Formats: sequence, structure tokens, C-alpha cells
Amino acid sequence: MENNVKIQAKGLNFYYGNKLALKNIDLVAPGNKVTALIGPSGCGKSTFIRTLNRMNDVIPNTRVEGEVIIDGVNIYSPKVDVVELRRRVGMVFQKPNPFPKSIFDNIAYGLRINGMKDKRKVEQTVEKSLKEAALWDEVKDRLRDNAFSLSGGQQQRLCIARSLAVEPEVILFDEPCSAIDPIATAKIEDLIQKLKRSYTVVIVTHNMQQAARVSDYTAFLMLGELIEYGETPRIFTNPKNKLTED
Amino acid sequence: MKKKKIFEFVGFFALRVCVYFVLAVLLLFLYDIGSKGGGVISWEFLSEAPRRGMTEGGIFPAIVGTFLVTIVTSILAVPLGMFAAIYLNEYAKQTRLTRIIRLSIRNLSGVPSIVYGLFGVILFVNILRFGTSILSAGLTLGLMTLPWTITASEEALKAIPNSYREGALALGATKWQAIRTNVLPYALPGMLTGTILGLARAAGETAPIMFTGAAFYLPFLPQSLSDQFMALPYHLYVMATQHHSIAQVRPIAYGTALVLLLLIILMNMTVVIIRYRLRRVKKE
Repeated sequence: MENNVKIQAKGLNFYYGNKLALKNIDLVAPGNKVTALIGPSGCGKSTFIRTLNRMNDVIPNTRVEGEVIIDGVNIYSPKVDVVELRRRVGMVFQKPNPFPKSIFDNIAYGLRINGMKDKRKVEQTVEKSLKEAALWDEVKDRLRDNAFSLSGGQQQRLCIARSLAVEPEVILFDEPCSAIDPIATAKIEDLIQKLKRSYTVVIVTHNMQQAARVSDYTAFLMLGELIEYGETPRIFTNPKNKLTED
Repeated sequence: MKKKKIFEFVGFFALRVCVYFVLAVLLLFLYDIGSKGGGVISWEFLSEAPRRGMTEGGIFPAIVGTFLVTIVTSILAVPLGMFAAIYLNEYAKQTRLTRIIRLSIRNLSGVPSIVYGLFGVILFVNILRFGTSILSAGLTLGLMTLPWTITASEEALKAIPNSYREGALALGATKWQAIRTNVLPYALPGMLTGTILGLARAAGETAPIMFTGAAFYLPFLPQSLSDQFMALPYHLYVMATQHHSIAQVRPIAYGTALVLLLLIILMNMTVVIIRYRLRRVKKE
């Protein structure tokens, strides 16, 4: 595992105003694996995942201490281009957030803002991303329809396809199934399993079973502290910490 | 149980009466202006200048004047208001200073128009030496409209869910890219609505323009922005209170009022059409 480090948090503290929300987190997410963050609501798992693509930068009155190292570079160093970082580290949000555009334009949006002009290339990438997100067969005949006409689960896979289109290396999932029915959830879990072949995945979930099903490594957070971290089977069968067991 | 039902019935009935009352007053008002002004309106009334000490002829110069001054107003108030709103809502940190600024803008929209008129005389007519002119009057009305356009635009921006912004940022958009491509297109109908409503209000104002550029009577049309002008609301004021034979020109006053009313209805209709079209484009 040590030679396959993609993301590493080192002594990470995070403040909302004066309130310390993450306390001295040390965590490693290995490449081409799924790392799950679990813990009770308000434990800081969403806050933590948002530090990995600096999405917390947009929240006023927040402060980060410590380092997040991706591919050997501290992403909080002033030399890092946040915009480029967010292209490399994609994110899928808790509630599906398709843009009020057509299905096609939702995927093409990321390509266009990143400067892809060639129409054929855009079309190819849209198709490839939708196939990768296992949505192509369901939408191939209605690419011009508004994305809101899709079901919740389809919308979430559309958002996944949208992240995949800009060719990230890491994909962050922030409770991607909390607003979706069980059948759609199963599809997305399936998808996450496949995605780790090409991407590094970090997923926040409040659902223990989900973490057990999809992840290779699991971190248990509580009240902003990392309680336990390890390979998923071990965390679930043989937790070292009493808190995790409960 | 029965008591509850009676209460429900009486409540709804009271609400309905309120609506009917408001509607009745409005219709009565429209009928009054329409019936008394409708007879005066003809092609000549709309296309000719006043004659014989403004007892005959039309109101063409006043229509032109109001049109021109509204253009000046919108050139100042529309872009400035929209950009200020974008800055306030999207870029400015939410500090005490921005809260004070926002509160001040809200308060400015409540300042009586005559105060703006006085300010316009001092700033545009005297200090900047634009004289009493279309320019001075238009800029004064622009200042008066700004708080409305800023507030309306900000509300429209606020109505755009944050997930549009975050979603774009998460794909590697710069902040301006996210705003330009994923916020403004959806906020624009709302921004335009508020803005045009503000302009329509400005077009009907008398107090700010009577010191800054509107003329009692002019035999010719304005040739440049530094000329004085006739305007519909001021013409109405003159015809209703300042003319030497008010009773004789009463029909002209009503005709002017009707034209002014139609003009503002026209502007508000434009709002409806713009919203409808933008919404349709969005759906496609």
C-alpha cells in the first residue's frame, strides 16, 4: 500500500470560524482503490472530502491547516492552480445536481469550459462518458431532452458521467446515494466498483453496509477525529477501537 | 368541527373580498382614464406638437422626450446595476461593510424621487455643467433606478441554487466561467424583469426631471442630449395644474395620462415576453 499513495492528508485541521471541525487527520487514499469515510452525521466526513478538491475554499470564514498531498504535491501550496486541481479531482455531490440543460450539454459543459472546441471530439467524449457511467443505453435516443426529465438515480449517474468527461484522476463521492432509491443505489455501487480500475475513488457514506460493499479501505470518523483506519474487511470484522465496533 | 368550517369559510370570503376590492379600484381607475382620454387619442394627437398655447395639437414632443430620457436612464442603470449586483452577490465577502452597503442600497430605493431631483440639479446640472438637459434628467433617473436594478438583480442571482456554482467549479471552471455560463443565463430573466420594471417606474416620474431638464413647452424636438425636452409625466403635470386654462385642456391631460399608461403597460408586457422567450430557450 505504501508505494501506491495517491492522496495523503497530513495533520489536517479545518476550522469553520473558530470551530475546529477536523482535528489532526492523517489519512492515505491509495490509487485505483475505493476509500470509504464513515461516521455519524456531523462528524466531518463531508468536510474532509471537500478539502481534497479545495471545495471548501468557497465557504467564507473557513481555514485549513496541515497538508493534503496528491501525487506528491501539497494542494494547499500557493503554487497550485485550484481550477486545474478541481479538473483532476472530480466530485459528485450528495444531491444530484444536473444543470438545467440537455443531457448532452450537461456532459459537454465541462469539456467546453476546459476549451474543447472540436464538435466531433465533444460528441465522442460525451458518448464515452455516458457509457462509462452505464447510462448510455438509457439516454442515447434522448440526448437533447432536459436533464431534469431523468429519474433521480439517472440524474446522479449523469453527474458521474459529467465528472468523468473532463478526465479526472480522482473522483470524490459525497454521499452519492442518500437521495436515491435502493435499486438505483445498487447500480451506482456497481459503477463505483468498476470506476476504480481507472480512477482513485473516495466516498463518504453514512451507510455502513455500503462502505462494506464498495470499499477497499475504510476510515471511521467521529467528532472531527479519525478513530480508525484500515482495510475494509478488517475494520468491519475486527475493529481495534471500541467506538468503531459500536 | 362545524366551527372550524365556518371559520374557514369566513376567512376565504374575506380574502376574496380584498382581491375584488383591489381589482374594482384598479378597473375603475383604468375606466376613468380610458373613457376620458380615449376620445382625444388620434394619429394627430400622437404625431403632432402642441399648438395655440398648448390648447390644441398633440403630444409628440413629450413622447419623444420620454423615450430619449428613458434610453439615457437605461444606459446608466442597466449595466451598472447588473454588474454591481453580480459583484455583491458573487464576489464580495459577506462582511459588515458589505452588509452596510447592501442596507444602504435598499434604503436608497425608498428615498423620495424629489430628493433625487434636487441631487441631480446639484451634481449634473451645476457641478458637472450638463445644464438642464436630457443628459442630466436621464442620469438623475438612472441614479434613482439603480437601487431597484441592483436589488432585483441580486434577488435573481440569489435564487440560483448554489449547486449550479459548485457543480461548475468541481468540473474545473474558474469562478467567472461558472458565473457566466452556469449562473447568469438562468438569472437573466429575473434580472431583466426587475430592471425593466424599475425603468418603467422611472419613465413615469415627474419630480426628478422637472428641475433637471424637462421643459414646460418647446416648439421643436431636442437635437442633442444637451437640449431640454418635453416629457409625458411632466406634460401631464403641466396640463393638470399649471396651464392657464386648465378646464379647457382637461381632455388633453387625460389623453396624455392614457398614453403614459399605455407606454408603461407596453414596457411591462416586454418583460413578460422576454421572460417567456428566455424560459422557452432554457427548456430546449
